[in-house]
Amino acid sequence: MADLKVNIGRLELKNPVLTASGTFGYGEEFADFIDLNRLGGIIVKGTTLHHREGNAYPRMAETPSGMLNAVGLQNKGVDYFIEHIYPRIKHYDSAIIVNVSGSIVEDYVATAEKLASLDKIPAIELNISCPNVKEGGMAFGTSCPGAKSVISAVRKVYPGSLMVKLSPNVTNIVDIAKVAEDEGADSVSLINTLLGMAVNAETRRPVLSTITGGLSGPAIKPVALRMVWQVYNAVKIPIIGLGGIMNATDAIEFFLAGATAIQIGTANFIDPQVTIKVIDGVNEYLDRHNIKSVKELTGSLIV
Amino acid sequence: MKKYIQDLQVVNKMILSKEYYLLELSSNQPLPEVLPGQFAEVEITGSDTTFLRRPLSVHDVDYDKNTISFLVQIVGKATKHLANIEVGKTLNVIFPLGKGFELINNSENALLIGGGCGIAPLLYLARHLKKQGVKVSTLIGVRRSSQLIELDNYKKYGEVLITTEDGSEGTKGYVVNHPVFENLKQFKKIYTCGPEVMMKAIAKRANEAGVDCEVSLENMMACGIGACLCCVTETTEGNKCVCTEGPVFNIHNLKWQI
Repeated sequence: MADLKVNIGRLELKNPVLTASGTFGYGEEFADFIDLNRLGGIIVKGTTLHHREGNAYPRMAETPSGMLNAVGLQNKGVDYFIEHIYPRIKHYDSAIIVNVSGSIVEDYVATAEKLASLDKIPAIELNISCPNVKEGGMAFGTSCPGAKSVISAVRKVYPGSLMVKLSPNVTNIVDIAKVAEDEGADSVSLINTLLGMAVNAETRRPVLSTITGGLSGPAIKPVALRMVWQVYNAVKIPIIGLGGIMNATDAIEFFLAGATAIQIGTANFIDPQVTIKVIDGVNEYLDRHNIKSVKELTGSLIV
Repeated sequence: MKKYIQDLQVVNKMILSKEYYLLELSSNQPLPEVLPGQFAEVEITGSDTTFLRRPLSVHDVDYDKNTISFLVQIVGKATKHLANIEVGKTLNVIFPLGKGFELINNSENALLIGGGCGIAPLLYLARHLKKQGVKVSTLIGVRRSSQLIELDNYKKYGEVLITTEDGSEGTKGYVVNHPVFENLKQFKKIYTCGPEVMMKAIAKRANEAGVDCEVSLENMMACGIGACLCCVTETTEGNKCVCTEGPVFNIHNLKWQI
């Protein structure tokens, strides 16, 4: 049994496998299928200051080796989370991380402040990259001044571990990652979904109600790996890699490219037990290669 | 209800017509309780052209044989791929999912209406209703008589009424053109599954007649377990996942303009 522990700044995870926000609900949805206590971390559904109904149906389109979504951050708001959901999930022996989204800087700050008071939430993931909200969201993550304004404001009020989720829909993701590091983020997670679109040729209409949406699944893995590698070579803070990870081999590839931990997203929809299979598979890989700790893999790509 | 993920073995495959087939799957463990109207997320094994599981209505469960069956219409790449599965192979299935139909009690009349493959969840429902002592009438609407399948199975639980769009069997027209709609008040409840335009037309008539009505929705899904929030429908309480809050909804809880 290899050592699977990793450190994301001050936050220690028992293993490097987390669930990606928006693909795992609040964890409870998967309790019939896996032991949630085995996960390195659970990143819960994107949470905003106020209740959001999300976008109209249809919100999903299956695409080659992946899918598009346009959920639009449907959630009941941070107060509802704190009052009703947090008490149900806080006992899990797994790092519960809340993904925080907003339309204006003040909303991010107010949400982060409320979450800072919760003992069992050691970190938040700042979502400055959601392609499915009209205002804010990705707009913060696609320019350096935008990213700076929201990260620095949240950093001032949030003492816990701050993870910033980066958008791939930029000219140079390294620039945004550097801003996150400079503004005091403890880590960066990448990549969020790639902006995409699906068309129904027969009806001549877009498949999604919002016309465009976020592409996820194995289709985006090569893009995600490339971006993790680029960011790894440019910043010192830990990277949490995600984008199309379907199995342990995919996860290993992200570690080699520079990720300290990984998130599993869309794969949860196909196999609700995939997270556990990845944890076991990473361990098996390490044993097979006589590697004592998963930390040794990070950035060890032979080039 | 607890959900299970299991590899189920295909023990029987019946090609019912050019576009319909029936898969009967067996488990090596005792099947859990499945309610009429619930569904399963079936992995499309070995398909290069599809990615996600497919939600399929539970067509029937036979606890004596420990089998669960699915009536499938070939509508796209996944259902076409699945049609080629051989007896003896296994399918990975997550079930039972969603909330089922709300059953009525003895000595009342129920009208079950299925459009096309929408008949799939009604057989198991009819069986349960009959067991409760309910008098079941099943109205099946198809385009042409060659699409009528499994009629004898439905007849086991009550009378079967038919409409065909081309008039090749039963009443010519859509299901709402059937004479049974002239006396809807004889029914305590209407249960329906099929194309949304059909269900809306039925909901309108049920509403006018003051008859309780439940519809089973077929929204596109990714996860099937309430995690992705893709399959939502607008309800009086906001957007709700069809996979966990449905697929069966009472028409009064939907925001349909009827």
